[in-house]
Amino acid sequence: MLPELFFYYNATVITVLSALVVTRSNPVHSIMLMLVMFFHIAALYLFLNAEFLAAIQIIVYAGAILVLFLFVVLLLNLKKELVTQIFIVRWPLGLVAMAGLLVLMFAGIKSFTLGPTGDFTIEKIAGETHTAAIGTVLFTEYIVPFEVASLVLLIAIIGAIVLAKKQIKT
Amino acid sequence: MELYTLIPVLPLAAFWINILFGRHYIKDNAHWISVPAVVASWVIALITLSDVLGGKVFNQDIYQWIVSDGFKVSVGFLVDPLTAVMLIVVTTVSSLVHIYSVGYMHKDPGYYRFFAYLSLFTFSMLMLVMANNFLQMYFGWEAVGLCSYFLIGFWYQKKSASDAAKKAFIVNRFGDFGFGLGVILIFLTLGTLHYAPVFGSIGSVAGQTLNILGTEVDLITLIALLLFCGAVGKSAQIPLHVWLPDAMEGPTPVSALIHAATMVTAGVFMVARCAPIFSLSPTTMAVVAVVGGVTAIFAGTIALVQNDIKRIIAYSTVSQLGYMFLACGVGAFGAGIFHLYTHAFFKALLFLGAGSVMHAMSGEVNIQKMGGLKKYMPWTYWTFLLASLSIAGIPGFAGFFSKDEILWQAYAAGPLGKFVWVLGAITALLTAFYSFRIIYLAFHGKFRGTEEQKHHLHESPKSMTLPLVLLAVGAVAAGWVGIPPLLGGTIGIEHSDKFGAFLAPVVGHPHASVHTHAEEWAVMGLSVLLAISGILAARYCYLKNPELPVKIGEKFKFAYRVLWNKYYVDELYDCIIVKPTFWVARNIIVGITDGKIIEGVVNGVPAAIGRFSESFRKIQTGFTHHYAMVMAFGLLAIAIAVFFF
Amino acid sequence: MVELQWYLYLSAAVFTIGVFGFLTRRNIIFMFISIELMLNGVNISLVSFSHYLQDPRGQILAFFVITVAAAEAAIGLAIIISVFRNKETVYVDEMTETKG
Repeated sequence: MLPELFFYYNATVITVLSALVVTRSNPVHSIMLMLVMFFHIAALYLFLNAEFLAAIQIIVYAGAILVLFLFVVLLLNLKKELVTQIFIVRWPLGLVAMAGLLVLMFAGIKSFTLGPTGDFTIEKIAGETHTAAIGTVLFTEYIVPFEVASLVLLIAIIGAIVLAKKQIKT
Repeated sequence: MELYTLIPVLPLAAFWINILFGRHYIKDNAHWISVPAVVASWVIALITLSDVLGGKVFNQDIYQWIVSDGFKVSVGFLVDPLTAVMLIVVTTVSSLVHIYSVGYMHKDPGYYRFFAYLSLFTFSMLMLVMANNFLQMYFGWEAVGLCSYFLIGFWYQKKSASDAAKKAFIVNRFGDFGFGLGVILIFLTLGTLHYAPVFGSIGSVAGQTLNILGTEVDLITLIALLLFCGAVGKSAQIPLHVWLPDAMEGPTPVSALIHAATMVTAGVFMVARCAPIFSLSPTTMAVVAVVGGVTAIFAGTIALVQNDIKRIIAYSTVSQLGYMFLACGVGAFGAGIFHLYTHAFFKALLFLGAGSVMHAMSGEVNIQKMGGLKKYMPWTYWTFLLASLSIAGIPGFAGFFSKDEILWQAYAAGPLGKFVWVLGAITALLTAFYSFRIIYLAFHGKFRGTEEQKHHLHESPKSMTLPLVLLAVGAVAAGWVGIPPLLGGTIGIEHSDKFGAFLAPVVGHPHASVHTHAEEWAVMGLSVLLAISGILAARYCYLKNPELPVKIGEKFKFAYRVLWNKYYVDELYDCIIVKPTFWVARNIIVGITDGKIIEGVVNGVPAAIGRFSESFRKIQTGFTHHYAMVMAFGLLAIAIAVFFF
Repeated sequence: MVELQWYLYLSAAVFTIGVFGFLTRRNIIFMFISIELMLNGVNISLVSFSHYLQDPRGQILAFFVITVAAAEAAIGLAIIISVFRNKETVYVDEMTETKG
């Protein structure tokens, strides 16, 4: 009973918070709500035996990306946001698209069945700790995508600097 | 073994170095790259010759060029007696012309370019003669044509030069088309392009016929005739001879190397190389002999009345090439190659001598405006005289042995042979006459040019006279390797001379019917007599009675006009090919196909697309949400499609 | 024991909320936040698949999604800054330079 309760609590909070996030008029509020939501997602990850991902969910998303958003929001002058229209005129169309997708997905999920299971069992994770288990896979089988990901980050760093720096008049 | 590969590679390397670095770095030092490369090739060619004389035959693929299912072509080299002779001719003349050009092209703005092209030409020609398959020969064949185009149009600022280059290229296209078809037909028939299997198995298809538009054509005859088409174009035989005299617009060393000694003889070389194919088709052999004989006399008569020193020599070249084909046509391939080999020396010498004269006369080419040059340029005069004696066929000189060999083989080859022998004998008379016409008009008598030209007259620099002297040695002595047994030369197999015996393994030897020594003496005596009378006639006409030729010209006005206008062949081509082509181009291509159809389509399609897109661009509102919405509903549509169907 | 389906329902809900936000918000910062929501929705299903299939590849994929999300956020926010510097606005319906 307790695991179900834990899940239902988290699921409710995540859904409600995400609905709030996209409807707030003040971006700072929105980002703060998102932070809380991310903690709940991390909790779900822990519940799913993914400690490493729970950790990076908090470190990267909450610690880095959201802080970046916050910086940008504070950098721009957004007083207008509080008084202006926050949705486009035809926002019901977006609602229709959302509802359609949701219905389709729910209908699809209903008939979903699992395939054959692998050998990444709870016992194995418990034996060598989750981070070591994931790291072994990441640095052996997925070493090339891992290196590519590092290149992507490097390019993002350089790109962000180039885009955001003040144009020097020559 | 690998040493042979260096023969073509060295000139190629020189070409690349000169063309890449010539403009900015090498400039006037281009000859320091090209000359050593070509001389080194010559040295290796000498080594090759001594190998071949020792009985070695080299036939090896170096590199797999094209592999496509059953079609395999490699770059390979065949070194046999025929190749060895050609190697000596090409590298010797090429080296001397390279050296000559150092003086002749001095101070020309395109100095590096000239040496680059000369080296490229040498490479191409060597690839042509060393090939061991038809496609590589075709490559060399086209590459020499390309270099010829570059070099004829070397002074491209001059309209006449670029026109002549285009003419040479286009006229050669006619012949090369036939040659290309011949090569394809060989592949279709025998499934390979290598010489050895082709010549080995060509006999097995003898008698097979091919149905072309309802007529049965003998397969081998067709192949041989198509190949001969290429030879006719490249070696300037009737009816494709028109480009060679115009090619004289190029620098004189080019005329000497390409349009006298090497490229134009490629046709003869090819016919000799394909001797096993030609020998199987009596029809083609007769065609070759008659085309050769008629060209010889045709070009010889035109040369009688021309005044441009280079054009006279050019027509003389056409005439001598006719001789070579005449020899091939009667089955005496060895004699044809022998004449090719001696001709290379004395004709290159004549051209280089003419270049030396032009150098002294500030570019003047009209022999009527020369005269008395003997005094001013003794080296040029004496070497030119030796070359003329050689081409006229005076006993002891190179030309005598080869020409006599051809005439004798023709005489000995049956009724058709007798006919072409008559043509050849008359040509011998004409040759002697027009060669000495140049000597007497240009070098003897009084100077007829302007005072300024007279003041400027001088002997050419050492770099130009040295090749003249070396070539003169060749013009005199080159024939001594083929002294006929009748005159005490070494006897090879079946009455042939030493040179013929050397080539016999490749080209075979003619099956001459039995003739007495008396006949052979008579034929030889007659040709010597004709040569001497030609010289004396020229002396009588141009030295003793200078007004006589004018009188003769007036008396036979019609004949003179016809000869002066080169039998109106150019005008004929202008009427039946050039004018109709222009008419079609202007009225049909420009007016209808290009103007209406192609431009209609080309302009119409974008206009239609423009109108169409004009209405569609309104979709692009620039509002990001519109795009996002379209994406979302598109995704929805796809999901629905996947879900329900 | 919580069924896998429940995780997937949750994931679908978070994703579609993200879609809604992306389609309807005028402020470009909110559009980016919505993208982050969508990515998180996907991550939830990836991790739950990984758990129920006992296969590490789902988590590896989620890891790469987070990496790319970080890169995307950095570049996207830099673009927002430079757009704001030029146009003095963060409302996408006021940016119609791509109008045909």
